[in-house]
Amino acid sequence: MANKQQKTPEQRRYQQRVNEKMPRSKTLSQCIRAFISGGIICSIGQLVHDIGEKWLMLDEKGVAAFTAIIMVFLGASLTGLGVYDKIGSWSGAGSIVPITGFANSIVSPAMEFKREGFVTGTAAKMFVIAGPVLVYGIGSSVIVGLIYALLRA
Amino acid sequence: MDSVMQSGKRMGNQTLVFSNPGAVISSGTIAGPMEGKGPLGEHFDTVLKEDTWGEDSWEKAERKMFEQAVRRAMEKAELNSGDVDCLLGGDLLNQIISANFAARELKMPFLGLYGACSTMAESLLIGGMLLDGGYADCVACTAVSHFSTAERQYRNPLEMGGQTTPTAQRTVTGAGCSIAAGPNYSGSRIYRNIFITAGTIGKVVDLGITDANNMGAAMAPAAADTLAAHLSDTGRGVMDYDLVVTGDLGSFGSEMFIDLCRDNGIDIQDRHMDCGNMIFAPEQKVDCGGSGCGCSASVLNAYLLDKIEKGELRRIFFMATGALLSPTSSMQSESIPGIAHGVVLERK
Amino acid sequence: MDYVWAFVIGGGICVIGQLLLSLTRLTPARILVVFVTVGVVLSALGLYEPLVELAGAGATVPLTGFGYSLGKGAIEAVGEKGVIGAFTGGITATAGGIAAAIVFGYLFAMIFTPKTKM
Repeated sequence: MANKQQKTPEQRRYQQRVNEKMPRSKTLSQCIRAFISGGIICSIGQLVHDIGEKWLMLDEKGVAAFTAIIMVFLGASLTGLGVYDKIGSWSGAGSIVPITGFANSIVSPAMEFKREGFVTGTAAKMFVIAGPVLVYGIGSSVIVGLIYALLRA
Repeated sequence: MDSVMQSGKRMGNQTLVFSNPGAVISSGTIAGPMEGKGPLGEHFDTVLKEDTWGEDSWEKAERKMFEQAVRRAMEKAELNSGDVDCLLGGDLLNQIISANFAARELKMPFLGLYGACSTMAESLLIGGMLLDGGYADCVACTAVSHFSTAERQYRNPLEMGGQTTPTAQRTVTGAGCSIAAGPNYSGSRIYRNIFITAGTIGKVVDLGITDANNMGAAMAPAAADTLAAHLSDTGRGVMDYDLVVTGDLGSFGSEMFIDLCRDNGIDIQDRHMDCGNMIFAPEQKVDCGGSGCGCSASVLNAYLLDKIEKGELRRIFFMATGALLSPTSSMQSESIPGIAHGVVLERK
Repeated sequence: MDYVWAFVIGGGICVIGQLLLSLTRLTPARILVVFVTVGVVLSALGLYEPLVELAGAGATVPLTGFGYSLGKGAIEAVGEKGVIGAFTGGITATAGGIAAAIVFGYLFAMIFTPKTKM
């Protein structure tokens, strides 16, 4: 990954100096914010889950799908309204890691590239960030399934 | 070649000295809404209320800013488009479309330049040469950048949630144009005393920084290199300048620049200013400051030229810095080459 | 109690993500990939199920939960349909979320335009 060329001593010295003096992220306060915001989003998810289970009387798979769909809807609408990026700049990973963040990563490029057309812009760019998630997620689930099938045989 | 050397137009390896120096006669600036709220807000000719400027894309807004900065500068000096012999300029977008498309409207002889954020100094440098050589009597030197077009080209969609890193800089939405004229020019002008007397062509310097969110640190070595070359070529010291202005090193990049200059035995601390640090106030939450070629272009044309004209600054070394990366080179984990070109602007 | 666990575990998973963001050079896009893959692997090893039972949405809403659904779906489908289930199970189990993301993504892109951050 890294630069394949040998670093000169000057380069090594400079990079070391940059690393020493660089302003740092405030990791602790960022983690606290991520904890709070992530916790809130998951609690909302729990509420949606309970609504699906107790009010709509969905079965287990139905509840899971219902929760995912509603959370994606919430993430997508907040992105459309221009709120999710503001939540994100406060929350950091707290709003990236939940599935609402996945929805944000789909809607934001879809909106942004509208001007390049609905086929080559919106539709093509929609999965620029979420695509890899699907590739690796679905890919690894197939591998897991195949291993499981092998072990069973 | 020898005759050039003898005519004294060059000093040392990288520096050009203009024997018939061009004069900056007018300037035009356009700034975005956030830049307008910054410390220099009142100095810009036009501050946009919203950054699409009535266009249906930011790219169109950016090219309009380029075009209008030139037109504004021409208006102030009562010039017609036929009076400008050469338009020089560029921007940050792929294939410098903002400059190219604006030049289509301006209908002037045009040389498109790409020096990343160093474009303003590069255009002044080349403009100075054209005037000194007598190849033009009047040139327009321009650069533009736009936050929203740069974000989508280099970073993430605007509505994507997330945090910036502490070394990140915000691309300035701004355009600046300097119109400079040679000794034969006799038309009207708003500046009478500002001359482009010398320039130093920078070398590409790369000390291996790969973090595209730390461009100040990537460019600082190039700035230190160009300043050292300029001082050694001309035999001048920092004390010969009221100010050494860098383009968009930002706060951390400036710190590294001052550090590197100290290594070279140059103490610059109290004579250095960075446009990236000047254009936004700390409470505007822009991490390490502004960047983009519109940063140095708008600060120079809105603020610094006035200071020289009024005599508050006598001689400055204006050194815009560029990070020569592309989204592709970043994705392929290449390091970020930097460049800095300098021009000497002085009151005479 | 459900909500307390959902908050604590969900928040905790996000803190792990934040630590990766702040302390390593991983970008958000890479972190999402890591989380979903880790979720698939943990569910295959049977380690994520207990977390879901304890924390409910606290474990299913983070992207590791998406990976968990994918992995669990694949394994269950293999049990029902054999090898072909390895290919159909994961997507079937997560079809709702993915389809919602596509539909809402497209819909909101038609309705809204992005605004410059100030």
